[in-house]
Parts: sequence; C-alpha cells; structure tokens
Amino acid sequence: MDLSVHIGALTLKNPLIAASGCFGYGVEYADVVDLSTLGAIVSKGLFLKAREGHAAPRIVETPAGMLNAIGLQGIGAQRFIDEKMPELRARGATVIVNVCGTTIDEYVEVSRMLADTEGIVAIELNISCPNIKEGGIQFGCSLNGTFDVVSAVRKVTRLPVIPKLTPNVTDIASFARSAEEAGADAISLVNTFLAMVIDVETRKPKISNGMGGLSGPAIRPIAVRMVHECRQAVKIPILGMGGITNARDALEFIIAGANAVQIGTANFVDPFIWPKLLDGIRDYGQRHNIARVSDLVGTVARSHD
Amino acid sequence: MPIDIAARVLANRPLSSDYNVLALAAPAIAAIATPGQFVMVKANAGADPLLRRPFSIFEILRDARGDVTGITILSKRIGVSTSLIYDAREGQRIDCLGPLGRPFTIVEPPTHACMVAGGVGLAPFATLAQALRARRVTSTLFYGARSAAELFYLDFFRDLGVELLLTTEDGSLGERGRIVAPLDRRLAGMPASTGVMIYACGPEGMMAATAKTAMKYGRPCEVSVERVMGCGLGGCYSCVVPMRGADGVVHNVRSCIAGPVLPGDQIQWD
Repeated sequence: MDLSVHIGALTLKNPLIAASGCFGYGVEYADVVDLSTLGAIVSKGLFLKAREGHAAPRIVETPAGMLNAIGLQGIGAQRFIDEKMPELRARGATVIVNVCGTTIDEYVEVSRMLADTEGIVAIELNISCPNIKEGGIQFGCSLNGTFDVVSAVRKVTRLPVIPKLTPNVTDIASFARSAEEAGADAISLVNTFLAMVIDVETRKPKISNGMGGLSGPAIRPIAVRMVHECRQAVKIPILGMGGITNARDALEFIIAGANAVQIGTANFVDPFIWPKLLDGIRDYGQRHNIARVSDLVGTVARSHD
Repeated sequence: MPIDIAARVLANRPLSSDYNVLALAAPAIAAIATPGQFVMVKANAGADPLLRRPFSIFEILRDARGDVTGITILSKRIGVSTSLIYDAREGQRIDCLGPLGRPFTIVEPPTHACMVAGGVGLAPFATLAQALRARRVTSTLFYGARSAAELFYLDFFRDLGVELLLTTEDGSLGERGRIVAPLDRRLAGMPASTGVMIYACGPEGMMAATAKTAMKYGRPCEVSVERVMGCGLGGCYSCVVPMRGADGVVHNVRSCIAGPVLPGDQIQWD
C-alpha cells in the first residue's frame, strides 16, 4: 500500500505523526524509535522564551485516559533551533514545529524564526492549549482569533501552516472553516478536552493547576466525530488525533476524514508502537485491497447500508 | 537503550498485606541495569488503567550458574495498578520497560556510605548495597517504617555486612521515631576527615529532611525521587522536580531522565 500523505506541497512518507507534547523534542526518543521512519514528529510547544510550566503533580490517570496540565514548559524557539534541530536533522526526522504565542506578534515572530531553519517542514499553530491562561486558547476559541492568527502567520512563511483546533467549542467545523479561509494548509484536531478530577478525601483537584486536558482512548469517539464533521466542512487535509492506540483506531480516524494521524498518549504507554501501527495499516490495506492510504480518507459509509 | 519485555512473572512473594516482591523474567534488562535505575511496568492489557508505573529495580536475579535471569520490584499496594502488582500470578506476563534513568554514584573506599530508606523507599538499596560491597565500601542502612512488620529484607542487608539502624513510628523495632534522627547523630559524630556519601529514598518529607541534614554537615547526598510519571522517557514532562541550576535559577527538571537519582542539595524542597 502506498502510505504517503500530501499536505500542501509537503509529502510525508506515511500518515503516522508523533503529537506535540507527547514526544518531547523528539531527541528523547531517538534511542527507542528510528525517527526517520515516522511520517513526522511535532515538537513540544515553542514560545519565544523558555517557560517553566506548572508545579507537579501535572498528570492524573482517568478511566481509559489521562488528565494533564504541564503548562507548556519549554526551552523556547531559539534553543530548540540550536540544541535540538542538529540531532533531529542528523537522525533524518521530518520535523513539524508546534508554535505558541501570547500575542499574534509572538506567533509571527516564532514562526518566522523556525521557518528559516533547515529541516523544519511545517508549522502547527497551537491555538488550543487548555492549560495556560495567557496564550493560545483565547485565539482558538474565537472564530476571528483563529482567522487572525492563521492569516498573520500565513503571510510570513511558505511552509504549510496547520492550526491545531480545540474541541472545547460548540461547533468545531466553523473553526475549521475559519482556518481554511485564513489560508491554512491543513488542520490538526483535536487538542485535549478541558476536564477535572477531584480527590474527594481532601476535596482538592488532583493536579496542581486544578483543571487539565483529557486525552487517551476515553476521548476517541468524540474526536472521531469531530474529524468527521470537519471533513464535511473543509477541503484542506486533516491531521486527526485523540486516543489512537492501535492501527484500527488510526484507520477509524482516516475513514472519518483524517489524511494523517497523530499519536500522543499511546506513545507514553508503548514507545515501540510505531512499527506496530504501520504493520497494522499495511495489513488492512492488503486485506481490503487498498492501493493508497489516501484512498481511505473520508470514506465513512452510510449506516445501515 | 531501554528494552520492553513482556516479562513472565517468576514468583510473587507477599511480604505483608500491602507489600510484595514481584520477580520478572527480564534478563536483558537485568544484564545492563545499574543501582538506582527503574523500570516502567504495566500489569494489565488494555486501557484501564492506561499508563505504566515506575518501580525501582529491587534485586537482580541470577540462576545457579550466576547468569542473570530477571529482576524483582518491591511494591506497596496503594491504588489500582499496585493492586494488580500485588495480585499478579506466576506465569502472567507483565510489560516491563527499562532500565531507565540516571543511577546512583557509587563511591570508593575509604568513603563510608549511609543509605537512608523510608518504607517502600528501600527498593533501590538492595542492588546499591551489593555494588558498594563489591567495592569494599563500608555502609550503614538507616531504615524507617511505621512498624516492625513493615521492615523487610533485614537479613539480606546483614548478610552483605551492612550495618543496620532501624526506626519505627510505633517503637515496635529499633528506635521510636523518624529515621533522620539517628542519621543526624551519626553525621554529628563523624570527623570531617572521614568521607561520607548519603543516599536516600522514601517519602518526600523524609528525603527533604535527609537532604537538609546532609547539607547541615556539608556531606554529599543523592536522593532517588518518586514522582507521578507518564512515560519514563522524557516525553511527557509530568515528573518534574524544581532544581536550582548552575545559573542559580530554579528550573523544573524531568526526574525520569535527569534522575530519578538527583543531588539533594539542588532540589528546591518545599
């Protein structure tokens, strides 16, 4: 099966992408995974400056999922370029950077810095982190904000621009349309669902930030529905994610309308998951006689046919 | 490079109604593990519970010929995952990823080693005591628990020639009270010319008190921290510890890859 995926002018060798915030800066996994075998990796969110993030505890497990509020701890764009990109280039990784900002100017500046760096192939715009007050989600929860960030970054780079959408809105398809109208080359969805876990003995939230983002298999059916809705609304490629743990889950997203998929939480449980996913997708292609994985995108059949 | 093994349970030995020692057939991990390193363990298939849990490598298992056959972990039943560890049956497969993390610094004679353990924090000291003995380093285990029934493996350490100083909160064995008291007295009585290295693992308060006691006497101290950990490989940024860096500024450091063994005097204890 031809596994290649096209996002604007960009071709990925396969549809498997390591999700932002779930794969460090990629270099952490270089001993475990041959980074060059992944479709792409998405860096941890990058601001202009370094950030320390929230205090621990930062995660708590939930039924078939986990809640996190890391607070976008990170080294900032320049140190990523200087300290991480050389190894990622040497390892043959296809690097998408996840760009954060507290203002549109910051998104633009960080995007410009990273777009000029050899080895970076696309920019994912983080307008959807639920865990920090001053960045991202205020843009991602407003149609105009989404449009403004995407169109501002669009003007300063030729790289594919991929806003990552939040599911914490009433109608995610309208945000997909806003992104497309602003010139996005693709969209990523979904980021985590804002959620909360309380220790009833102490009556305190179980993570220091109080609330956090829910990920893992628990959210998968909602994420699949949202990918399906966005597929109906826009023509641009979709990078789908939310609780994928095996090839069947990945195929579900692709059939719902995703051109590629991102793996996050499952990589924590099994860092050796990547070849297993690829094998499973290839096996499916053989069993169903599918020549190209792209032939499966958005092919959900009507129920009861 | 860490290895992931669907390890067969060789034995499951309960030590009490909460503690057990689980023996896992993981020779490839055992062969390269060093004292202080850990494994990420998942005792169930499927998504509930979802994540692995970190455990210090407790013992390295060997067969009659001396070849490594696996590892053990020391577990205390607290939640769902540790209940699965407690109830694991012989022959069952358990996912075991490791060895992970930065190990203890093993000192040389004539430096004396003080190992300070609280409760399940005993776990990293069995292999450390063996490594110290192999180098002919004299050592003392300061070991505290709630009661005598929760002090385990005392003969294991005695057989290695480790001096034991025990405390229990209820006074049922050893001195009544916390383990830092006898450590403090021992350090106070040591001439500055005697080299000492302190290793600590246990509840957060105990480790903070140990680190501060070490600082009071100007002694080096390595602590093995335990944090809620998502991946064990540096991917998730869950397990951070605030540490004062070379720049004098406090940074959140991932204990899975910078630790779990960290210099006690650089941690920003609450």
